[in-house]
Amino acid sequence: MRRILTTALLFVSLLLQAGVEVQHFDTPEQEARYKTLINELRCLVCQNQNLADSNAELAQDLRRQTYEMIIKGDADEEIVGYMVARYGDFVLYRPPFKRSTALLWAGPFILLFIGLTIVFLFIRRRNREDVPPLSEAQRQRTRRLLEAGDKDQ
Amino acid sequence: MTRYLLPLGIFIGLVVLLAAGLTLNPRYVPSPLIDKPAPVFSLPQLHRPDQSISPADMLGKVWLLNVWASWCVACRAEHPLMNELARSGEVAIIGLNYKDRPEAALQWLRQLDNPYRISAVDEAGRAGIDWGVYGVPETFVVDKQGIIRYKHVGPVEKKDLEETILPLVRQLVQKPA
Repeated sequence: MRRILTTALLFVSLLLQAGVEVQHFDTPEQEARYKTLINELRCLVCQNQNLADSNAELAQDLRRQTYEMIIKGDADEEIVGYMVARYGDFVLYRPPFKRSTALLWAGPFILLFIGLTIVFLFIRRRNREDVPPLSEAQRQRTRRLLEAGDKDQ
Repeated sequence: MTRYLLPLGIFIGLVVLLAAGLTLNPRYVPSPLIDKPAPVFSLPQLHRPDQSISPADMLGKVWLLNVWASWCVACRAEHPLMNELARSGEVAIIGLNYKDRPEAALQWLRQLDNPYRISAVDEAGRAGIDWGVYGVPETFVVDKQGIIRYKHVGPVEKKDLEETILPLVRQLVQKPA
């Protein structure tokens, strides 16, 4: 019984196959460029994945397009330009710095600056406020304690 | 007092910012093709595969390119509206049957009615890439000079049609060819 079950399960596994795309490159350099590009280009369907990670139909098509352009001998800039002309800067995981993307690039630094300024102001104010002046009696007591400490050494 | 006003101010600022963010559609990617010439294709017609259709055939007319597929559930949702628009005769709708099997597409149109003057068959999805298609259905408004003037991603709803697409079409029709 168990053997039959195992055999049956083995056959079932034959039916399940992962869709692996096999691409043949002329040079290892082309393959490296292909891998870099599909890691840098974003899938428009599953927007938080790049072309390499996404299994959406569109991602497959865009991978095929990238592959074909590499084999054809197009430069990286031409391939990226091709994608941007159709899908806009959104297709790039590292969009160029322009007016429309300025906030995207500068935003984190602006927030960091604001945060540091607040921390700085906070600390300065606390240093100023938290030390009330000593009264004359406290001052004398402090002096006595300090002198006593000196003798101990 | 200012001690409490500052955190409250920051909180209100954040609420406004996040509330604005919630009203945005993260699936909407602005198309770089707006105000650019419609990408060229020459594809077989769905109903007459021996004949081809290209955007150049529509020069001189304002028309819509509606990207659809029989596997696309949202296309089914907008289909009655497309039928209604086609019946009104206000603007010609050209279909781009995207990554579909022609038999399935024909069957789909038989079942749900055919609003398209002509449907182009883009089985491999290459014309789709040229048009920057990423979320079927998509609808483009093309003017008489063959320039793309507007793109709608996702199913067109009555409101989109009445408030955005049709006013734009009427305005473009007025312009001389």
